[in-house]
Amino acid sequence: MTENDKALSVKAPSFLDYAPAPESTSVLHLKKHYGLFIDGEFVDGRGDAFTTISPATEKEIASISNANNADVDVAVAAARKAYDRTWSKLSGADRGKYLFRIARLVQERARELAVAESLDNGKPIKESRDVDIPLVAAWFFYYAGWADKLDYAGLGPNPQSLGVAAQVIPWNFPLLMLAWKIAPALAAGNTVVIKPAETTPLSAMIFAEILQQADLPKGVVNIITGAGDTGQALVNHPDVNKVAFTGSTGVGRAIAKSIAGSGKKVTLELGGKNANIVFDDAPMDQAIEGIVNGIFFNQGHVCCAGSRLLVQENVHDEVVDRLKARLSTLRMGDPLDKNTDIGAINSKAQLDRIRELSNVGEAEGAERWTADCAIPENGFWFAPTIFTNVSTSSRIAREEVFGPVLSVLTFRTPAEAIAKANNTPYGLSAGIWSEKGSRVLAVADKLRAGVIWANTFNRFDPASPFGGYKESGYGREGGRHGLAAYLESAGWAAPAVTKGGKK
Amino acid sequence: MTRLTVPKTYKLYIGGKFPRSESGRTYEVATKKGVFLANASLASRKDARDAVVAARAAVSGWSGATGYNRGQVLYRIAELLEGRREQFIDELMATEALSKAAATTQVDTAIDAWVWYAGWADKYVQVAGNGNPVSGPYFNLSTPEPSGVIAIVAPQDSSSLLGLVSVIAPALVSGNTVVVVAHQGAPLSAISFSEVLATSDVPGGVVNILTGSPAEIAPWLASHADVNGLDLAGAEQLEWVDLQIAAADTLKRVSGPVVGVPAPSVERIVQWTETKTVWHTKSLI
Repeated sequence: MTENDKALSVKAPSFLDYAPAPESTSVLHLKKHYGLFIDGEFVDGRGDAFTTISPATEKEIASISNANNADVDVAVAAARKAYDRTWSKLSGADRGKYLFRIARLVQERARELAVAESLDNGKPIKESRDVDIPLVAAWFFYYAGWADKLDYAGLGPNPQSLGVAAQVIPWNFPLLMLAWKIAPALAAGNTVVIKPAETTPLSAMIFAEILQQADLPKGVVNIITGAGDTGQALVNHPDVNKVAFTGSTGVGRAIAKSIAGSGKKVTLELGGKNANIVFDDAPMDQAIEGIVNGIFFNQGHVCCAGSRLLVQENVHDEVVDRLKARLSTLRMGDPLDKNTDIGAINSKAQLDRIRELSNVGEAEGAERWTADCAIPENGFWFAPTIFTNVSTSSRIAREEVFGPVLSVLTFRTPAEAIAKANNTPYGLSAGIWSEKGSRVLAVADKLRAGVIWANTFNRFDPASPFGGYKESGYGREGGRHGLAAYLESAGWAAPAVTKGGKK
Repeated sequence: MTRLTVPKTYKLYIGGKFPRSESGRTYEVATKKGVFLANASLASRKDARDAVVAARAAVSGWSGATGYNRGQVLYRIAELLEGRREQFIDELMATEALSKAAATTQVDTAIDAWVWYAGWADKYVQVAGNGNPVSGPYFNLSTPEPSGVIAIVAPQDSSSLLGLVSVIAPALVSGNTVVVVAHQGAPLSAISFSEVLATSDVPGGVVNILTGSPAEIAPWLASHADVNGLDLAGAEQLEWVDLQIAAADTLKRVSGPVVGVPAPSVERIVQWTETKTVWHTKSLI
């Protein structure tokens, strides 16, 4: 019996068995070690360097510098100097031209960035290649055009930039979150110190090379790597004027506390436990795809994921059966394989959290179903999982799992669906599936969420504001609103009082 | 023979009613020269919580009203305030030791502020929202909506009536409801103003007015989990950083202290709103 025969005898081949189609990593030119990108140069951090690994294989990719408090000081000072001496003196048109350059360079190096992102983050290459990186380019392109049109941003004539922006971003969309933060900040005339997540610094390091190619004036963007303490030092730095954070509600709350009284302007994009509401008159084929995309896109590592499925009772069984059938066809495995639908969980810590909450779900009486798929030997993996018979008080119906875990609840009337959807301290996103336009409009009006998708889910666009109600944070990113988050109207700036004393 | 006057009992304004403080406490309000004017209610933590309950209950009705309707109701406040102009001028002259001219200016400015804000109710959405030209077959619209319940410390320096109006009017425009702690030393015009509210078309619970010590009441409002926004306009003399820290527990939207009375601005309306962006999928045709 040959090796091939053995494999065939284990499992009969089906039309779903694809030959591996891995994206080549030869497009990457990685260094063994990456420094901090400060004042236009890579410099070594003073903290203990750490290693970034591929979550799909646990293999080391590169060693990364760790910024300590002194490094944060240097980075903020570089951003301040660049703000005072170059960036705030530059015309809007020229700021825009730099951003257009960056957008083009991202497009030119798109494949390289996509491979690096999938390698470091674990997300399927089809997502990094078709969603993340194209949106990064689109974000820079969109905000580039705003740079010389700030008078039309809705803040009256001659709105003012804020100064130095401290930005801390998460690991789920590493380069896309970087673009969401840097593009509007620079267009508005601010300079930036940004800290990528500890587990996903790689694409930001390549982005730093792109900034060098764009010949962006030194110090305008500074990228410092490190863990939570580096981020903490950055947002609390006294010479920072704006704080923008995307991440957990817990950390967002701590940031809001630590900068109270400082007069810093803040944008917080935090967690969610978002309802995806399916009415019995939904376009069912699209709804099934939309539910799958809503919670299993990016392994469910999405703050706006549709993690609470609210199904009208009379179509519950049909929806759940079709979801199971669909999930059984998803391919989990090598993120760099072009056929892969579900990649790796980003870290061991996150995998542990997903496992813990899933176990709690079972213990609290929900019925667990997990797609039957082979788990690779190394790396961090969690197969797509659905919980049915979930009660509204269960932790898996209330807490953000941030993984490929869907909780299914039912409702009978639109009023009940709305009440259940809003029954959460969060308010980031929601989905509505119904062919009845008037119902969609009425339900959308009543949902307390910042982004609502009707008959679609997880759509993003640089022209579209994104952000939450309630404990999902405040401020918006994207669109005109996202630009305004980095500006102050000439008249409005006046009578602020800060902890240091009255102005 | 001179007629003996009939002084007014000043109470709180919660849920459209005029209760005394549940604590039974009052504090003396006097003219600057020390002449007794009234015993105002000294609101307690329980009163603050009752006010939040009333404000929450009023959110759906007030925010569900049309902008045109809210605009008319707010304009009606201006009409009624105009009718009682003399009463407020006298009261301000007594409590703030103002000249007739200064008191008149304050009352007139307050009335005009209501007219200005009333006009925004059916317009601010057009200014603060917009359609978004996204790349794809979607109709995408961003609109501001009220944040919910806003707790406010009214300006404490001077201008007790104008200060109060300057912080509650912008919150009401979009459909928020408010719990406001009035000027501590000169609370009488705030309670007289609640009589204007009670006889206007403002639904009970939309505006709740507490008199007493901001230092005592504000911490309970700042930490209250059913409050969505905290306006510290008049909190400059308080431990307002602590209030902001308490507000962070439920990620309330916070607006910091201001010097004097905030000028009318569309920013003050928009700061108590949330932008909702809806993507409608277009069908194939």
